[in-house]
Amino acid sequence: MKILVPVKRVIDYNVKVRVKPDNSGVELANVKMAMNPFDEIAVEQALRIKEASHAEEVIAISIGPQESQDTIRTALAMGADRGILVKTEHDIEPLAVAKILKSIVEKENPELVILGKQAIDDDCNQTGQMLSAFLNWPQTTFVSNLELKDKNLLSVREVDGGLEHMECSLPAIVTVDLRLNEPRYASLPNIMKAKRKPLEEISPSDLGVDTSKRLEVLKVEDPPSREAGMILGSVDELVDKLKNEAKVI
Amino acid sequence: MSILIIAEHDNQNLSAATLNTVTAASEIGKEINVLVVGHNCSNVSKQCSQIPNVKSILEANSEEYKNFVAENVSKLIIDLSKDYSHILAPSSTTGKNIMPRVAALLDVMQISDIIKVVDDETFQRPIYAGNALSTVKSNDKIKIITVRSTAFEASENTGGSAEIKSINGSGDTDLSKFLKSELSSSERPELTSAKIVISGGRGMQDGSNFGMLEKVADKLGAAVGASRAAVDAGFVPNDYQVGQTGKVVAPNLYIAVGISGAIQHLAGMKDSKVIVAINKDEDAPIFQVADYGVVTDLFDAVPELDSKIN
Repeated sequence: MKILVPVKRVIDYNVKVRVKPDNSGVELANVKMAMNPFDEIAVEQALRIKEASHAEEVIAISIGPQESQDTIRTALAMGADRGILVKTEHDIEPLAVAKILKSIVEKENPELVILGKQAIDDDCNQTGQMLSAFLNWPQTTFVSNLELKDKNLLSVREVDGGLEHMECSLPAIVTVDLRLNEPRYASLPNIMKAKRKPLEEISPSDLGVDTSKRLEVLKVEDPPSREAGMILGSVDELVDKLKNEAKVI
Repeated sequence: MSILIIAEHDNQNLSAATLNTVTAASEIGKEINVLVVGHNCSNVSKQCSQIPNVKSILEANSEEYKNFVAENVSKLIIDLSKDYSHILAPSSTTGKNIMPRVAALLDVMQISDIIKVVDDETFQRPIYAGNALSTVKSNDKIKIITVRSTAFEASENTGGSAEIKSINGSGDTDLSKFLKSELSSSERPELTSAKIVISGGRGMQDGSNFGMLEKVADKLGAAVGASRAAVDAGFVPNDYQVGQTGKVVAPNLYIAVGISGAIQHLAGMKDSKVIVAINKDEDAPIFQVADYGVVTDLFDAVPELDSKIN
């Protein structure tokens, strides 16, 4: 079977984001970009399934500007077999992303789509669930353990109160949480090899998907900052402050 | 057109996050109805009917809703959606699982994790782990919204008298099968609604050292949390995690012990009213958001704190 893994290019998680002075968004120019960390986990899981001989091909897809091909190359260097870049001029919302993915799924016929549970830029946490709804496939979100038995998917989900065990049959949508695996680093020979792997480029209009935005961003601003506090000399002083100044204990 | 709130519960008790969602809905300013979807959940409907300002309760009581499987619950919500201008759910793992399916099938863009209602079509939400706040206006015909419960006060839960109407379910989609849950049981308050939270980080060195925090927590009536580093190191289970990818908390008092204060952790706790940091590294970024910091070895400070807060 084939596995499709969408990967998003986002600001590297170690970089402190800066709001643009005109409040139109955050500064993306000359900022270090990287693959969304959850998507790395998704790529890793797909590769492990392939290495366990449950899949023949792993396809990495990214939707975004031309530079998103770097993110696809990262997935290819990790071990994905080929890439698809859906080139867009402006950033698009999860609803349109899910529509694009749906038409790619219909073309490529994968039996499994593995996605990160959320992207660390917009923090939306929507795309996997939306894709599942469009395809009418089962969804298992926030997965921290995944086992494939014949055509059955056994998974463990991270939920607020603990864990949940689910079962569904393929084809299916899985979104991954942090503890599922530890993604591998691409070796230098594999980075070189990735440059020769096939990477197809298409546009949303080739797929007949309307990517116009539904949410109008009126303003992006800094969060209120906290006043600097005080360093105390002892635990005694801390207990006194909490009791008599902050009055919280 | 009115508002529908998806109640969060365990078939027995209504979760506090629903009350925060009611407050967000009140700010939108339309008639509020609450959907209680579950199995043998009439007790929850009764609790919801006591919430002031709620017009009516729709109760869908059926076996296929017992474990809140997203495919089943979202189908029901879509079937009900035509009567509403706004559908809101708490931004819990349940709400996050269900609501994007509803949005997709109604062909609207969900507004995730709102922290402020500007008007009935404009909302503020955090992006980049709360390092920026985005104000967005939705032009969709129906607004599908998840609500960050810590950003809104809880509404009252007594004094109301909403009518309870029983409605039919939409059937089992047979897409996903729930097998079992492993829920952490604890006598302590729930992390997201606790008035005081004490969290440990990588500095705790070992899972067994969390016993020190638990002792303090029990004296203060606090919940125990952890940073992602502590979860990754295997000290505690993931449902302890406070941060961008874990739970978001905003208690009256947050005590961070042996936590350096990575951006992704701050995203989950920096709206707490009073923040205390105990860390031996004076350069730890946690001190930049703390109201009170103590630069010391936590293995001395925590037992001392324990002995002095009676």
